[in-house]
Amino acid sequence: MAESLAAHEVPLVGDFSAPAGPDFSDIRVGVVTFPGTLDDRDAARAVRLAGGTVVELWHDDSNLHNVDAVIIPGGFSYGDYLRAGAIAAKAPVMTSVVAAANASGTSGSSPLPVLGICNGFQILTEAHLLPGSMIKNDHRKFICRDQVLRIDNNTTAFTSGYELGQEIVVPLKNQDGQYVCDQRTLDELEAENRVAFRYVGYNPNGSRNDIAGVTNARGNVVGLMPHPEHAVEPGFGPSSSGFGDVSLRGGADGLGVFTSVLSSLVNAR
Amino acid sequence: MSEKQFNLDTVEHAAQTPETELPWAELGLKENEFEDIKKILGRRPTAAELAMYSVMWSEHCSYKSSKVHLKQFGQKVTDEMKKDLMVGIGENAGVTNIGDGWAVTFKIESHNHPSYVEPYQGAATGVGGIVRDIISMGARPIAVMDPLRFGAIDHPDTARVIGGVVAGIGGYGNSLGLPNVGGEVEFDECYQANPLVNALAVGIMRHEDIRLANASGVGNKVVLFGARTGGDGIGGASVLASESFDDTKPSKRPAVQVGDPFAEKVLIECCLELFKGSVVEGIQDLGAAGISCATSELASNGDGGMHVDLTKVLLRDPTLTPGEILMSESQERMMAVVAPENVARFEEIMNKWGVEYSFLGEVTNTGRLVIEWDGEVIVDVDPKTVAHDGPTYERPYARPQWQDELQANHFSGSAADDSRPRGEELGEAIKAFMASPNMCSKSWITNQYDRYVQGNTALSMPDDSGVVRVDEDTNLGVALATDANARFTYLDPYEGARASLAEAYRNVATVGARPVAVSDCLNFGSPEDPDVMWQFAEAVRGLADGCMELGVPVTGGNVSLYNQTGGKAINPTPVVAMMGVMDDVTRRTPSGWAPEHDGQAIYLLGTTADELDGSEWARFKGHLGGLPPKVDLATEKQLGDMLVNMSRDGMIDAAHDVSAGGLAAALVEACLRFNTGARIGLGEVAERDGLDLFTLLFSESLGRVVVSVPRSEEVRFKDMCTARGFAFARIGVVDASSNALEFQDEVSLDLDELRAAHEGTLASYFGEVAQG
Repeated sequence: MAESLAAHEVPLVGDFSAPAGPDFSDIRVGVVTFPGTLDDRDAARAVRLAGGTVVELWHDDSNLHNVDAVIIPGGFSYGDYLRAGAIAAKAPVMTSVVAAANASGTSGSSPLPVLGICNGFQILTEAHLLPGSMIKNDHRKFICRDQVLRIDNNTTAFTSGYELGQEIVVPLKNQDGQYVCDQRTLDELEAENRVAFRYVGYNPNGSRNDIAGVTNARGNVVGLMPHPEHAVEPGFGPSSSGFGDVSLRGGADGLGVFTSVLSSLVNAR
Repeated sequence: MSEKQFNLDTVEHAAQTPETELPWAELGLKENEFEDIKKILGRRPTAAELAMYSVMWSEHCSYKSSKVHLKQFGQKVTDEMKKDLMVGIGENAGVTNIGDGWAVTFKIESHNHPSYVEPYQGAATGVGGIVRDIISMGARPIAVMDPLRFGAIDHPDTARVIGGVVAGIGGYGNSLGLPNVGGEVEFDECYQANPLVNALAVGIMRHEDIRLANASGVGNKVVLFGARTGGDGIGGASVLASESFDDTKPSKRPAVQVGDPFAEKVLIECCLELFKGSVVEGIQDLGAAGISCATSELASNGDGGMHVDLTKVLLRDPTLTPGEILMSESQERMMAVVAPENVARFEEIMNKWGVEYSFLGEVTNTGRLVIEWDGEVIVDVDPKTVAHDGPTYERPYARPQWQDELQANHFSGSAADDSRPRGEELGEAIKAFMASPNMCSKSWITNQYDRYVQGNTALSMPDDSGVVRVDEDTNLGVALATDANARFTYLDPYEGARASLAEAYRNVATVGARPVAVSDCLNFGSPEDPDVMWQFAEAVRGLADGCMELGVPVTGGNVSLYNQTGGKAINPTPVVAMMGVMDDVTRRTPSGWAPEHDGQAIYLLGTTADELDGSEWARFKGHLGGLPPKVDLATEKQLGDMLVNMSRDGMIDAAHDVSAGGLAAALVEACLRFNTGARIGLGEVAERDGLDLFTLLFSESLGRVVVSVPRSEEVRFKDMCTARGFAFARIGVVDASSNALEFQDEVSLDLDELRAAHEGTLASYFGEVAQG
């Protein structure tokens, strides 16, 4: 369809049925659903639009069904009534995710790429796959906004498709999004270049050092508060992008998170 | 369970003790109603029966004061209007066919009284209740919206109410994973002790998945599932929602329910799985009047009989009496009818989602609803007498004596009308006006709601309608708008209701959707006041006539009466929710122009008359009187049709309805939408319409829309307007380089200054939130 459009015309909804570049269709990405998960269908859509195959994972099932990567989507797992992510971190599926993410890589099993978005990030910190924790926003209210982020580490499984220092716009929406950690952890994160995403222009929740997302030392586990899966399809994303243009819900900057992991898995074969 | 600390009032006992005193008045029943119940039963009711009748015959549940008027919605319809209506008024929510095998159900309801008494839980459970209505039809909920009305912005109690209500809607709605795509906000002292919290939900389903609330099939099991039953919300429908507030009575806080959004989210997924597997025969949510409502409605809509053992109900509080269990409005509960062969599959799904359930009894063909407690019969009634045969009142109504005086008090020429600023003064006035409570940006509220979840939101606030995709393969979707102009309705209830309808219709068409169905939430004062009852009767007549003229059916809705404290009623507030259909939601038209539209021509569709009475400018000047703008629904229909065609054919890139605040507000909002300026010249239009510039800018004449037209489309655009004989005028051009809204020969308004004024108001009263 691209040929039939004049050069200056950009389709409002892209033709994602045949993604350009390598074929990712045999890459299996697991999307976990807990009771109270909200953005699982969105995360699955993002994987499909990026060209991968979605495998639904259920909180109560420790079998990861041979997936090549796992996404833990946003929401309020088990209602988040104890502490955001605290109960979910102990779920059967997480036991397997933690083991696979920590796999040594020396016995032929390479560590599983794991992405935690929003509540998923909270779950990853509660599961001790990532350092730090999230507390209530400093303004103490739920906030939904289009957020500018900077890629401060493009060597992780989920950021390798971006340029270092590239700015992207993805929606942010949460109540408990203020990233905190002790000073030593913060110094380590900065020294080891493990801040993957940083808020730019405006810190929406009081996070330390404007941290929006971090990675583990090996770069296979990444967590972030904003929602890249809500910026994958022009027409339904934020009304801006890192390129600065203003178009109605045209922003699709988040797709790179999903194509990054698919590319790195294909390249590793 | 058998060592209950109360004397069980069985049917047998009631028959033997006709003289026993019963607390019918405390439960909100009138003496004549109590006598009717005795006549129906041929004996006095048991305590449990009395509890059931008291809630089901309440104003909130029985519509006893309103139904003589509401029947017009069913009468003033044509076959053409009913063509796409798959389920009409009377079920939990109406269902409309939108094509391609898809059906949409939507409904708006009030949760006004609870939201004043306990703002957070009142508003939260309002969202929960309307979402369960949508699930009950077999639909997956896809979006919510909330029209809100509060007291004066500077009243000390308003911060308590708005803070709690917004946090409650967000806390509950955000946790359900439903995008909040719009609504309205109004501040007016008439809502001080009677805030209006209306909640709309919309859901989608395939045609074959429609479920109705009836209990058919003798021997089928009746099951209650979801949250346990507790002591919250007892009498919510009767003593809380169906009476006026009064300082001399004790707090009604315990009558407000408490919500658990996590339980509701699990319930949604669980129900959708039940529907997918065709596991349930009928389903009903438990809202107002709890188990009383669910059992009597399911039974009377089905084969007519049901036998229930109330001791099987899972309780949060084991000390509840049977009457309390029947009346409890504990949230997040559903009742279903399951065929015996599906019981195992039903249990499997409940267990998967960790949802508690208990089988209470089964469907019978006795025509009786029989409820047992510990083997003793405590209820034995014809369910129709509970659910459908409640009292009907022809309340007296009469045009208020003060109406003539009110209508004679026009804004033009009044003391409030003395300043008609021009030039720089006009600029300052516009800035102050756009910062006023009712004209300011409501992003402080909408930024506390998730508008992205589910990934199908194509438009949300501040555009004219929320637009949500239904089918990801075809981009078929729906647009929704809610509108009420309570000030117009106060000035003339018949015309004001029609004006509200016209605005909702126009808002949906402005984004490019074809309006197809209405749900309404009628918020009024006490029906026992003939003045209020006249407002109600006139507004309903106006809406029913208007829907007939526009050819759009009312599919359901809700009436909220007794919105008054002491003798003072709210302004009559008929909230109209309009649903429209779009074949391709990516063609939706936003409410402002963007930098990429630089140089496009700006046109005003429609004509303006000197209609400042009841306007936002008049409110800004402290005036309410006169006559509302003239409503011409034939023109609205024509305008709507043009907007849909223009959107589909790519003739317009932006469109914004001209309503509250007039042309001045429409232009400011269209510039601020994407921070893109415009140069505007109004001389020719003012001359054509015979108005001075000020009146042209602030008059609220209906049937007008501002659009921006690509240069390449101007000829086609003008041809269409000319061919249809619709008034249009070129009033300016999009100017992306200026960062200003310039009124030629008058004043140039810097967009940054306008934005700061427009967006700072709510935060200055209610505290900062993060920038949106």
